Amino acid sequence: MQPARSPTAPGRSIATVVLGQLCLPLGQIVAYVIASSVVLSLLMVAISLALAGSAVDQACVEGLGMNLFVFTLVNLPQVLMDGMTIGFVYATIALGYTMVYGVLEFINFAHSEIFAIGAFVGVELLIALTGAKLLPGISVLAACAYLGLAIVIAMIAAGLMAVAVERIAYRPLRRAPRLVPLISAIGVSFFLQDLIRLVESLTTGQFHRIIPTFGNFDQRLSLASFPLQDNQIEISIQVKSIIVIAAAILMLVGLNYLVNATRMGKAIRSVAQDQQTASLMGIDVNRYISLTFLIGGALGGAAGVLYALKFTRIDPFVGFFPGLKAFAAAVLGGIGNLTGALLGGIVLGMLETFAGAYLSTFTMGAAGAEYKDILAFAILILVLVFRPSGLLGEEVGHKA
Amino acid sequence: MKKMSRTVLLSMVAGGSLMLVSTLAPSMAGAAAPVRGTVKIATQSPLSGGQSALGVDIKNGAELALERLKGPLAELGITAQLAPYDDQANPDTGVNNAKQIVADPSVLCVVGHYNSGVQIPSSEEYHSAGLANVSPGNTNPKVTDRGYREVSRIVGRDDVQGAVAAQFANSKGIKKVFVLHDKTAYGQGIAEFFKREAAKLGMQVRGFEGTEEKANFDALLTPIIATKPEAVFFGGIYDQASVFFKQAREKGYKGMFITDDGYDSPEAINIGGPALLDGGGLYYTTVAGPAKLYPGTAKFQSDFKAKYGADPKPFAAQGYDSMAICLKAIEAAAQKADNKLPARQAVAEEVRALKDFPGITGPINFNAKGDLTTAKYFVIQVTAADSAKWNDNAIAQTLDIAPPQ
Amino acid sequence: MNTLLPPQQGLCLLNWCNKGLAPYFLSLLYLAMGTALVYAYPRSLPAFLVFLSSTLLIYSLEMDTRVKLGLAFLITVVLMPVIGIRNISYLEVIFQISIFAALGLGLNIVVGFAGLLDLGYVAFYAVGAYLWAFFGSQQMFLLHEIPGTAPAGTPFFLPPDAFYLFVFAAVAVAAVAGILLGLPVLRLRGDYLAVVTLGFGEVIRVLANNLDKPLNLTNGPQGISPIQRPTLPEPLLAALRAVLDPVVGHAVTEAEFYNLFFYLLALTLIVITIVAVRRLDDSKLGRAWTAIREDELAAVAMGIPLVRMKLGAFAAGASFAGAMGVLFAASRTFVSPESFSFMQSIGVLAIVILGGLGSIPGVILGAAVVTILNLQVLQGLSLTLSQLRQSDAMIPIINFPWRSLSSQLDPAKYQRMLFGLILIVMMIYRPGGLIPAERRQRELGEDTETDPVADGGENDDEGVTFGEQNHGGR
Repeated sequence: MQPARSPTAPGRSIATVVLGQLCLPLGQIVAYVIASSVVLSLLMVAISLALAGSAVDQACVEGLGMNLFVFTLVNLPQVLMDGMTIGFVYATIALGYTMVYGVLEFINFAHSEIFAIGAFVGVELLIALTGAKLLPGISVLAACAYLGLAIVIAMIAAGLMAVAVERIAYRPLRRAPRLVPLISAIGVSFFLQDLIRLVESLTTGQFHRIIPTFGNFDQRLSLASFPLQDNQIEISIQVKSIIVIAAAILMLVGLNYLVNATRMGKAIRSVAQDQQTASLMGIDVNRYISLTFLIGGALGGAAGVLYALKFTRIDPFVGFFPGLKAFAAAVLGGIGNLTGALLGGIVLGMLETFAGAYLSTFTMGAAGAEYKDILAFAILILVLVFRPSGLLGEEVGHKA
Repeated sequence: MKKMSRTVLLSMVAGGSLMLVSTLAPSMAGAAAPVRGTVKIATQSPLSGGQSALGVDIKNGAELALERLKGPLAELGITAQLAPYDDQANPDTGVNNAKQIVADPSVLCVVGHYNSGVQIPSSEEYHSAGLANVSPGNTNPKVTDRGYREVSRIVGRDDVQGAVAAQFANSKGIKKVFVLHDKTAYGQGIAEFFKREAAKLGMQVRGFEGTEEKANFDALLTPIIATKPEAVFFGGIYDQASVFFKQAREKGYKGMFITDDGYDSPEAINIGGPALLDGGGLYYTTVAGPAKLYPGTAKFQSDFKAKYGADPKPFAAQGYDSMAICLKAIEAAAQKADNKLPARQAVAEEVRALKDFPGITGPINFNAKGDLTTAKYFVIQVTAADSAKWNDNAIAQTLDIAPPQ
Repeated sequence: MNTLLPPQQGLCLLNWCNKGLAPYFLSLLYLAMGTALVYAYPRSLPAFLVFLSSTLLIYSLEMDTRVKLGLAFLITVVLMPVIGIRNISYLEVIFQISIFAALGLGLNIVVGFAGLLDLGYVAFYAVGAYLWAFFGSQQMFLLHEIPGTAPAGTPFFLPPDAFYLFVFAAVAVAAVAGILLGLPVLRLRGDYLAVVTLGFGEVIRVLANNLDKPLNLTNGPQGISPIQRPTLPEPLLAALRAVLDPVVGHAVTEAEFYNLFFYLLALTLIVITIVAVRRLDDSKLGRAWTAIREDELAAVAMGIPLVRMKLGAFAAGASFAGAMGVLFAASRTFVSPESFSFMQSIGVLAIVILGGLGSIPGVILGAAVVTILNLQVLQGLSLTLSQLRQSDAMIPIINFPWRSLSSQLDPAKYQRMLFGLILIVMMIYRPGGLIPAERRQRELGEDTETDPVADGGENDDEGVTFGEQNHGGR
């Protein structure tokens, strides 16, 4: 393997570079998770304290037997855990959007369907393995190995599909005005949704698919438990959540390394920065654009399998909402920016989980969990109105 | 404009070829008046999408009935045909199909729908055309509360079904319950009735939430479990309910699950897994009991299996009975019409006039609104984590209840 | 008035068709043939298609505009009702075409004229529909009732004829909604705008689905029903019956009259819409929108008030949708949130793309094609297939029995695939649409058909090249 060129000062040792490229993103991830958890928790607690004694508090006491503050605290750890898990899933999907946007300044609407394709390929593979009697009752290690296999195959399938979509539907339109490939992308998204449905109904006759249970993934590990008044605060996490988070972190770090510390990544960054100059420098622009789609699609596909693992059930339209939310996350973090996608995903996942858990109690039932889906859109609009460059993006000029 | 004329020509050619393709036999056959002696019975159910498994079996049940029972009509010189439509569980599609059905004068009866949200607007069309509509599975009260002479149903109603569920929970000593629904006309409807009855019985309803979420119930489950309910009621369809129940068990919920007849599908336990049966158990109410409950269904089951290769799913028997009622009504009307083709209104009247019709789901009598004079309601406990044993679930309670006036 | 089309070139056949009195004879002949076919075979789809294609023929041939308008009037007001009453589903098809054409024309203003990609257009349609649904039903008295428990005998809030008032009210309300949507998204670029409007469409649908507590405004997923329809005046009804009954062959029922009424109303609204849109197109406003679409920066430099123009586009586009929403609610007597999904927005977008961005006849053609495909052709193919499956026939050539063909291979189920394909194929091969807008043709002076890539970007005088950086850093 050829040594990676240092992206910054020449003459640094490989070890330093590698350490930097691996530790920095890990550190960022940890920092973001902790920061967003702390901020949101404090916010929720502050709101619950502010509402102490009000009608909301009384309704809580009547209905649930504890006051608002206690209710908030009791649920907080679990909400944080859940928020983190879904946040990482969104971050992984958001990476696909942000990579393509960085290179082509184009929102790949079909990315949500690439996610769905990855999910279906992975789940079908696992179902086939179950049918071949390979899965029931195996050890944890073997289960992880099979899961890894499913993820890899899904990544390949999704990546190839993304490349195919780019060749067929986007490349002919590269010089067209901005609206045209966007509309084409919407068309691809719809087409793929029904294609998945067609293939599924022809081969299995089913509309939705369920991931088979294997290994100990559904097991719940209790991390801590302590009492508060007469309630018990439980902190526990499922094995599959751990797997989702670990896999997502691995992919994030891997992608970061790829983009920042390899030649391939440098080529991609140069194409993102200025296509014409890059081609003048001898870089095959088309090839690297296809590569970007491949990588983005692979990430989306992996996210699909992780989503299926965590939430059990997938159907041909599974990509629509997670895709949109991940796009909102990418914009929230600063589109075109990898770390931004990460931050945006985590923040959005947490916000959504907080809303789903607390909204009903805090509004005395007037607005419930049904509004959590449009929370992502609300955030998107707010970000685009007040800070279009996102949380981590640089200030941009006039958005023509 | 070269292009303009090319466009015109191209569209003419395209139109012409499309015409040729669509001209395969049937569309030309519907000449200026119904061909003397052919009558169609239309079915509308979701043949695609998430509920297609049940919708397809309703159609299959009706098809089987047509095959077995068209003899008497043939003797009167009338050929009966099936015209299946897919309403995709979407009201717009249902209404569009309904208009097409109504426009075809040879259709004398409609068996449909499965979703109340689709049946209600579609039946406005049937009503304005006087076309008889026998429903195999719509449980929303509004279906018959409008008092249309043409609309009848052979299953029970949600206002009773929801109350039955609440009474059952009460009888099991449940005091605290959390109610959830899927934000559809059906799911929310039955959840509201459950909540109303539960409140009347003095149970504490700890929360009432609706969600369209199909997979990620984490955020919703946290506060639900924190309220420590003894039972959770879910109003909705099995594909969503099972995933929710599974995730609830994974989060450590040990109480009872109660749900409605949308859960009645062998797939449900495949999705959820054996964990659902732990703790307080898994119960669902239904208006269509397992086929083995009804006399005369043994033959139906074996015939169905022979023709379609699988056991009949819930509501297939109701589809069979609805078609049987249609055929009988057409026969009765035809006899009164001196063997001309009967009018739609006459068929609708004959449907209502049936006395003790021997359906495979039981004797059928309609009251003035189109409900069964007494309907059966079942509370069923899921006992086996195997979809093959779905029909062997234990019946916890059977009730015969007349519909509210 | 001048003819609408410049002189024909090219194919000799069409040259001949357009000389002298030939077009008049040809169109009358074709029309007569179509009408006779449909009258004789009311349930035959091909006959109906022949009848409809006669309108296309009349449009494209070179004739005096007054004659064209006269023929159009004859077809839509005299012939169509008769045919429609003989087969009610045709009236429904035409009604749906009118609704989608009006929606398409409205979206055309936003997307085609002003170049703002609005993916949540169905929201304005929903606003109009729920406006009449709320006020024209009993919902005002059911604000504190649980959905599904309306007590019998609840009165209606307004008299049914308030419907006409509400058509105008919906125009205003939807325009306000359009401005409200427009305000936050003014500064956004094409792709972001698209996603934000998509979000807005979803927000409206979720609100409609959930506003049944604390006050029951929309009755949630069960929808609002029954909604009143305006009353038909008795003397008019009697007169129409006297005329129509002998022609149609059976006594005309009230339901059929209502179908006819709504069809004519939709037609009126379409005519008004077309007139309004044409005036807008050729006005200062329209030219300002074109300037914004082509190059926003230059437009601002030329002194065009960007904010007002964009808001104007949104408001104008939304108002058409609002009016049609009222019509939709009254004709169906039932609304539910399921009718206002993202699919609908994409359906309208597909119509505009298929027909031609910025082109009025194109959008109408697009509406007709898509509606007929969805409602008639796909359904017809499905029914045919199902009958073949019930028979013992074999597929020719490959000798495979129809019966064994999977029942999942049903054309009517794959609407999304169809829309997706329309969008992709049109964008790649014919971005101008089936009938490209005249303005574009005038601007470009030649074919708009060339593949945008094939000539290495010469043809892209429509804006910045794709992928060009226009802001620094990231």
